[in-house]
Order: sequence, then C-alpha cells, then structure tokens
Amino acid sequence: MGATALRNGPSPVPAPIDSIVEVRGISKTYGNVEALRGIDLDFPRGKLTSLLGPSGCGKTTLLKIIAGLIRADGGTVAINGKRVSAPGPERAFVFQDFALMPWATVTRNVAFGLELRGTNKAEREEIARRYIAEVGLAGFEDKYPHELSGGMRQRVGLARALSVDADVLLLDEPFSAVDEQNRRKFQEDLIRLRTNQNKTFIFVTHSIEEAVYISDRIVLLSPRPGRVSQIIEPEIDRSGDPERIHRDRHYLDTVDEIWQGLKQYVE
Amino acid sequence: MTLFGYRVPMMASLLVWCVVWEVVGRLDLVFLLPPFSDVLVAAVSLVQTPSWQSATVTTLRAFAMGMALSIVIGVPLGILMGRVKIADDLLGMWVNIFSSAPLSAIVPVLMILFGFGEKTIVAAVFLFAIWIIVLDTRAGVRHISPSLIEMARSYGASRPALYTKIILWAALPEILAGIRLGLIRGVKGVVIGQLLVAIVGYGALFETFSRNFRMAEFWALTIILFAFALLIAELIERAEAKVEYYAGARQ
Repeated sequence: MGATALRNGPSPVPAPIDSIVEVRGISKTYGNVEALRGIDLDFPRGKLTSLLGPSGCGKTTLLKIIAGLIRADGGTVAINGKRVSAPGPERAFVFQDFALMPWATVTRNVAFGLELRGTNKAEREEIARRYIAEVGLAGFEDKYPHELSGGMRQRVGLARALSVDADVLLLDEPFSAVDEQNRRKFQEDLIRLRTNQNKTFIFVTHSIEEAVYISDRIVLLSPRPGRVSQIIEPEIDRSGDPERIHRDRHYLDTVDEIWQGLKQYVE
Repeated sequence: MTLFGYRVPMMASLLVWCVVWEVVGRLDLVFLLPPFSDVLVAAVSLVQTPSWQSATVTTLRAFAMGMALSIVIGVPLGILMGRVKIADDLLGMWVNIFSSAPLSAIVPVLMILFGFGEKTIVAAVFLFAIWIIVLDTRAGVRHISPSLIEMARSYGASRPALYTKIILWAALPEILAGIRLGLIRGVKGVVIGQLLVAIVGYGALFETFSRNFRMAEFWALTIILFAFALLIAELIERAEAKVEYYAGARQ
C-alpha cells in the first residue's frame, strides 16, 4: 500500500535517509506470548514517527526497548550509529501516566533529569523555567502536580523531556490520560514544538486520527506477534493553521486508508 | 458530640469521666481508686521528686535508643523486602509472625540475653516497634507506581539516587504511618520491659508504688505515661498530615 506518498503528488524521497535510530531484528517474548518478532526500522532524524497499532501489537514494548527500559530477547538498537542497551542522555521519555514526583514542585519535576546529571541548582532551575514557559505553564512553577489538571501534568512531563536536551523524544501514548479538549490543544502544540525544536520524536498511539494529524511517518504494527505491516508517510502541509489539517483531504484519505488496513485486526 | 443541641468538644467527655472518677473515689468504695484530685496532687509532687526525674530520663533514653534502632534497621529492611523478592520470601513469614506474636512472653528471654539493665529495655522497645515499621515500609514500597521508577531509570538515575530521590519519598506516607504505630508499640515495649526488669526507671517506680499501696502515685504515673504516648502519636500524626497532600494525589 505505501502508495499514499505517490498518490499525493511528487514526493521527495531522498535515497539515503539520515536515520538517528536504527532498530534491527528486535524480538521479545513474554512467557509464551510473542510480543515482537524481527522488527527492522529506521527513524529519520528530525522527523516525528508514530508507532500505530491495535492494543497488543507491542508498540509500547518496542518504544521501551528503544528507551533501554526493557531488554530485547534478540536484535539491536543503535542511536547515532552507536549500539545501546540501557537508557542514555540522548533519549528522553514521556510517560502515559505522566510519572511526576507528587512531592516535588513543577520546577523540580522539570529539572529532575538535570538534577540526576549533577547540573547545579541555579542553572537547572533556569533551564526548567525556560521549558515550563515553552510548554505554556509559566506561572505554575511552584505548584505541585496534584494542583494541575491532567493536560497540564503531561505538559510538565514534556517539559522534563525537553529540558535534558536529548536528540530523541520517546512519547508513550502521552495524551491517552488527557481529556479530549486538552488533547486537541496538546496535539497542536506538539506540531508547533516540533518545528521549533530540532528533535526526533517517536510517538506511540492507538489513535489513527492522532497519528495522521501529527506524524511525518506512521509505522503500522500488526498484533500477535508484533511486526511491521506497513509504513505510511502522510503528505500533509502542517505549516498553516493546525485547525485546518482536520479538514485536509489528504488527512481524511490517509485516516480512512489506515482504518481499512487495520480493520482486519479488530474483533 | 452534641448534647441538647449544643456542640460539645471531645475533651468534655474526658472531663465527665474525671468527675465520675472523683465521685467514685470520694465514696471510698475501692481502696485501689483514690479520688482523682488526690491523683493530680500526687502527680504534681511526683514530678518534683528526683527519683521520678531520673526514672524519666532513663525511660526516655531507652525508648529513644530502641526507637532509633528500629527505625534505622526497620525502614531499610522494609525497603529491601519491598524491592527484592528473595528477601521478601525469606523474611516475610518471620516479620508477620513477630508483628502479631505476644512479644511480652519473649522479654524474659531478653533479660537472660542482655541482663537486668538498660540494654534489655532498649531491646524490648526495638522488638515491639520494628515489625510494624518493616511491614508498612514494605507496603509503601510495593505501592510505588512502576512508571515512577522507570522515569528515574530513563533519566539516568544511579542506584543510590533511585533509592534516596524516588523510593524513599514515594513510600514516605506509609513509612511515617509505620513509625507512628511503631512508637505506640514502643511505649508498650518500654513499660513491659521495665515492669519485668523492675529495677530500672518507671518499672522500679511502679513496683514501689504498687507494693506499698501508694495508689495515688501509681495512677499519677500511669496517667503521665498515657499522656506521653498520646503526645508522641499526635506529633507524628502532624508530620503525616504534612505529607498527606501528596499521599492522596499519587497516581
């Protein structure tokens, strides 16, 4: 199917892709459930790639293997050409349930990655303040997580990931615990953020609309065992008003096309 | 509590019982129970005696040492059991047995081990207090959201940092609850220990008062002990309230 790119006019597909993350032959089995089998993937630098698939396709497992949080049974992950098997400073993770420290203020939560690296207090709080403002939370620096809404908590999680200045941001269904209105706003912000920050995003989601809306590249995974079934590059112009994308014809076509492909896995 | 439509503070019920005690005491029904006013008078003069003061110092010191030991050993032990399955399998059974066993029965054994002195009292406090601290700490560590630990790992936390910056704090509400319950049990430990050893601190005083039927002083000492136990429980509860704000907000 990968024809989406072709159908939408002349797409510039550069011959050698500059990929920042290379996944080779990754497999993972839990007990007697085969979660992932022989995953080969390249994640192009500076792009937002979504891992999309029905629940049980191992997308979160794959993301956590890339993060170094889960050990794969076989295969390798390389970042910038270097093999990795543990977490490292070139990757930052955004958690589905935010994973904020409830006993710490927004500033300390955002600065936590830098705190662990031994950055001195004044400097890391300065950096934290900058990213708190960047995600739109200026004025909430001294609040505690329970004083914030779900959407705001996830902004803290995002600011924390940005503040460590990693090349790759790994986001595990970051908006699934956020209410619908906030999710929309958040997705728009993420598109904006992606243009400002020169970073690579790997984004796990089970929402087709969300994946098409924000991604440069969508990797479709099929379930049991998780395998790459398709890679789609939606050709959507995101330079204008993000609101407009929802009415873009390519957007609607791509959503429909992916749905047709995924239908078979839904009972 | 409301009475005839008026709100009556909780302390008022205590006053009622004091009056009942006074009346029963005045009736001279039981010689074991002198009037409450006599007990108060005895309490005032008791706290001025050097024997009470030195007994208090001894008791407090043994209590503090026993509690310090049970916190310093109990919290790490609970964290270990919460984190390491083998440790939990090996120790879990024993901690559960000891936390519900009638420990008073073991105090005489402590006496044989540690002699008729302060060491036995310290050991008794330790033995009474530690188990609940271990159990609550373990429960607290078990409750920590796995993603909080993944978060620390993914941002490069070393093992010591993981424990001191995440695990200890995330389990703090349960640890404090364990320490509060441990303190109350520790008071039991110090009293039972001293009663059995009987020549140290309050145990010696209780022994003297009850053997010579000095009931007013006996009750005065009892009330002082109760008040002390309530006071420290209250203090810890204050500290707990301070961390409550996030205990309830944990995901």
